[in-house]
Amino acid sequence: MNTNKNSSNNKTLEKDKKILNLIPSDDPENTQADVRNPGIDFSLDLISGISVNRSGVERRCNSYGPRRSIKKDKQAAWLLKAITLIDLTTLSGDDTVARVRRLCSKARQPISINLERELGVESLNISVAAVCVYHDMLSAANESLKDTSINLAAVSTGFPAGLSPLSLRLQEIEYSVESGANEIDIVISRRHVLEGNWRALYDEVKMFREKCGDAHMKTILATGELGNLTNIAKASQICMMAGADFIKTSTGKEPVNATLPVSLVMVRMIRDYYNKTGIAVGFKAAGGISDTKTALLYMTMIKEELGRRWLEPDLFRFGASSLLGDIERQLDHYSTGFYSSSYRHPIA
Amino acid sequence: MTVLKSFDNLEYSEAFESNKEANEWLEKNNRRFGQLINGQFISNKNSKLIPSFDPSNGELLANIEVANSSQLDLAVNSARKAQTAWEKSGGHKRAKVLYALARLIQKHSRLISVLESLDNGKPIRESRDIDIPLAIRHFYHHAGWAQLQEKEFSGYKAIGVVAQIVPWNFPLLMLSWKIAPALAMGNTIVFKAAEQTPLTAMFFAQLCEEAGLPPGVINMVNGDGVIGAELAAHKGVDKVAFTGSTAVGRSIRESTAGQGKKLTLELGGKSAFIVFEDADLDAAVEGLVDSIWFNQGEVCCAGSRLLVQAEVADELHQKIKQRIKSLRLGSSLDKSTDIGSLVSQTQFNRVSSMVDSGLNHGGVIYQSCDLDPEGNFYPPTLITDVESSHPLVQEEIFGPVLVSMTFRTQSEAVKLANNSRYGLAASVWSENINRAMDVAPKVKAGVIWINCHNQFDASCGFGGVKESGFGREGGKEGLFEYLKPLGLKPASKPQSKPMKAKEVVIDRTLKLYIGGKQVRPDGGHSIETFNSDGSHASYVGSGNRKDIRNAVSAASKALSWGSLSGHGRAQIIYFIAENLSVRESEWTERLTSLCGVTKKQAKAEFDESICRLFSYAAWADKYDGAVHSAPYRGVTMALPEPIGVLAQIAPEDSPLLSTISLIAPAIAMGNRVVLIPSQKYASVALELVQTFETSDVPAGVINIVSGDKQTLSEQLAGHAEVDAIWCWAEHEVLSLIESISANDLKRLWANADGDRDWTDPLQGEGLEFLRNATEVKNIWTPYGD
Repeated sequence: MNTNKNSSNNKTLEKDKKILNLIPSDDPENTQADVRNPGIDFSLDLISGISVNRSGVERRCNSYGPRRSIKKDKQAAWLLKAITLIDLTTLSGDDTVARVRRLCSKARQPISINLERELGVESLNISVAAVCVYHDMLSAANESLKDTSINLAAVSTGFPAGLSPLSLRLQEIEYSVESGANEIDIVISRRHVLEGNWRALYDEVKMFREKCGDAHMKTILATGELGNLTNIAKASQICMMAGADFIKTSTGKEPVNATLPVSLVMVRMIRDYYNKTGIAVGFKAAGGISDTKTALLYMTMIKEELGRRWLEPDLFRFGASSLLGDIERQLDHYSTGFYSSSYRHPIA
Repeated sequence: MTVLKSFDNLEYSEAFESNKEANEWLEKNNRRFGQLINGQFISNKNSKLIPSFDPSNGELLANIEVANSSQLDLAVNSARKAQTAWEKSGGHKRAKVLYALARLIQKHSRLISVLESLDNGKPIRESRDIDIPLAIRHFYHHAGWAQLQEKEFSGYKAIGVVAQIVPWNFPLLMLSWKIAPALAMGNTIVFKAAEQTPLTAMFFAQLCEEAGLPPGVINMVNGDGVIGAELAAHKGVDKVAFTGSTAVGRSIRESTAGQGKKLTLELGGKSAFIVFEDADLDAAVEGLVDSIWFNQGEVCCAGSRLLVQAEVADELHQKIKQRIKSLRLGSSLDKSTDIGSLVSQTQFNRVSSMVDSGLNHGGVIYQSCDLDPEGNFYPPTLITDVESSHPLVQEEIFGPVLVSMTFRTQSEAVKLANNSRYGLAASVWSENINRAMDVAPKVKAGVIWINCHNQFDASCGFGGVKESGFGREGGKEGLFEYLKPLGLKPASKPQSKPMKAKEVVIDRTLKLYIGGKQVRPDGGHSIETFNSDGSHASYVGSGNRKDIRNAVSAASKALSWGSLSGHGRAQIIYFIAENLSVRESEWTERLTSLCGVTKKQAKAEFDESICRLFSYAAWADKYDGAVHSAPYRGVTMALPEPIGVLAQIAPEDSPLLSTISLIAPAIAMGNRVVLIPSQKYASVALELVQTFETSDVPAGVINIVSGDKQTLSEQLAGHAEVDAIWCWAEHEVLSLIESISANDLKRLWANADGDRDWTDPLQGEGLEFLRNATEVKNIWTPYGD
């Protein structure tokens, strides 16, 4: 039985003179993902009509799990893909050079060589997408990651609260880029959203983006502090207008971090922005995603709402520290048929 | 290697729910099912068989035996025999049985879900997550109502033997909607499942004994529409509850005309899905998935008519096209399937030919993939560029086909939404609460969902208006469909001798009362009325079809009466009472000479009439709705709404009091009335006109047309602008009205003339009247920012 008939036929038919339109399949090749978001002019019109219905968002979120099944070899593949989408992160006050080195070595070899062999995926050279640290840890990370294609991300602009002087925040970006970061995770001024000062938010993010230069900019909205879903949707649009390469949910330091409903709202804004401009902006869910089940839900949501093309590291990331361990255990289970224990896998 | 390949594709799994248990159960029953009669499974070797197929691959699942007439008689008789004991066994005993049924279904929920998906073609996700849990909830909820019956419904009793006939789109869920409330209230049942999807009902049948149901309380017969029609028309049945097509509903109305049966019909729909420019469009798109792409669009309340505000139409259409690309068609048992196969090849052919021929009238069609006639898979479809006259906009398609029209303003949206013979449900999408709450009451439908669609719960009433049928299922409002009032008994006839009438000095010819004016009858004929001693009383106008047309038209125009506040309506009813009260001597005299009652009796009738007016003036602002407790973050309001234009055929006894008893509750609830007065005492109603005229009753709210009861009733029953009829008449008239009203499926409250004592407030006044003067609309409003 052909279970997904949508892909089976894709030609437009002329049927008895009636106008029958088969909707074209979304073709990953057509997505202009390699074009960086240049941003567009500030426009209040684009956000004034936005109003998000929370119950509607929640109903949709509750449907991904029951409606889509990812099991066995498919699940193993999705989980390997998930690893390549991880920004392996440490953002603690007690971070040290040694701690960051350990993280980086895990980033390079996220699952054991044995497991890779068991799964028959050595050729993929699986590694995480990036390592994400505070500025002061950049040099240690840079050192550990040379000769790899793993990106180096620094949180910046007065992370996590974003309340240090603007000049220092701008300088911080500059320092981090100079220290080797090719991805900068900036935080926005929440007060601009809460005060409805969209112009100020736009100007701020635009300035950050200019400072980033060639480094890709992920814009952290800190959704847990923005009041409601409508504000989150509007802030997402403004940040994309101002040139964000990614929009990101949370710092991981807010009382509530990434949730599926918040993510769905942001992802829908990405889709609207793409429909309007043809530019694909990335999404990063950060904070609170620590098990495979949740990770698969997020990936299902991305595939359903944005399509397969977005499930690549240039357009989607998990900001996570403990997720990788759980994925490893799950893959081990797939390979052996038995559940593993965390002590059997090298910690990050 | 497979992992490596999947790494690039990132496809979903084909995760098939196992059909092992379901097949074992079918095998155990030799894939053949007979009837459940009086607690016994009855099989007959010579029965005609109807096969039940898996529509996605044409595999035979089982054969059902078609019940014959004598089996049907047996089933009805055993229900009759079991009824008294079942009702007498008490609410608590019935609560325990219903609770047990809920538990048993829950216990086997996976097997039942699989069986349902195999038989119907619907995705396992829907039967597993929606149909079966809702069915279970229905039994739990009604176990509670059974427990509370003695306290909550003390003035009522069970109707008796109920025939229940359900369609194939939600086999077990519809079974639960029918069986749970009927059982809870003490009725016994003869049930017929759809011949396309009988299997879960047969599974349920096998649970009945285990649940402790006495033999005969539930009987199940199998077969197609022929046996269904025979069951509905069966003389031993007191009530018919039917869910299905409007055409079959109509024929049931016709075939039961004159049998004195209570009817609940839950029929077709073409429900509007209204999207305003300030809606969350993404939420609306998902709402459509829940609405028209739920259960392959084979849902009576599917939002199949999209009405979208012009400025956002393009954007919404684009989002819809994107969304339907990601809906997956496939095997009903695959957990990743969104849309399964249509229930049968017949249905597939019906939908595709309907769409094909509809497109000859214009329209642009978008489909996500090609049709697959092999497995009866019809893809999600959007049709734009159609207008209200387009056949695909008018007719129910009953498939995953959405038609879309645009509107400019809120009032145009309401007008388009109401431009349909149907009135089952509608949804309103707007983030503006002012707008949503303004539109919801204006859309003529039994259920309104605000910013959601296809939400159901046992605690909330469901059912339609207009040709979508009548009666409610679910909620407290649904229980009255299985109850009748206790203690109706006819009044004893007046004992006194005929009184000699006073000499009439000036000739009185009472005209008709239409649109606030006293008008001469169109035909120019009058009828003489007589006093009880046989002497001439007066002439009254003899109305004809044109007078009925004028009266109904006047009533239709008096629309604003319904939006006047309850307080405002109360003021006018009090004023009628006040103005009537000063005419006491005139009325006692009139009643004595007309009806031959004593002065004392006449005065009592007059006093009770004043009292009754006060009662309904009191009720006018107190017959509140309810807020149902459904399990979601939101409120479901059950609002009693006026029915609209109410025709009333008045009884022949207690003429003043009965006239007041009909008009007062109707107008108190906001209806406009066209009254056909008692034939013998036509002058009584017409003599009230002066009182109405002096009491500020707006023109058209009360209209009175005297004349030949049968002729006028016939006209009213056939008039499509009459929304309901209350009728006290003899059998021939009742039967005529019931049969003619099948045309537009009018609501009827049909009573035998002389069934009650109007002077007894328990019989002639109260909630039964208010319930019949209103239609409950359930408005679902989820909230949260």
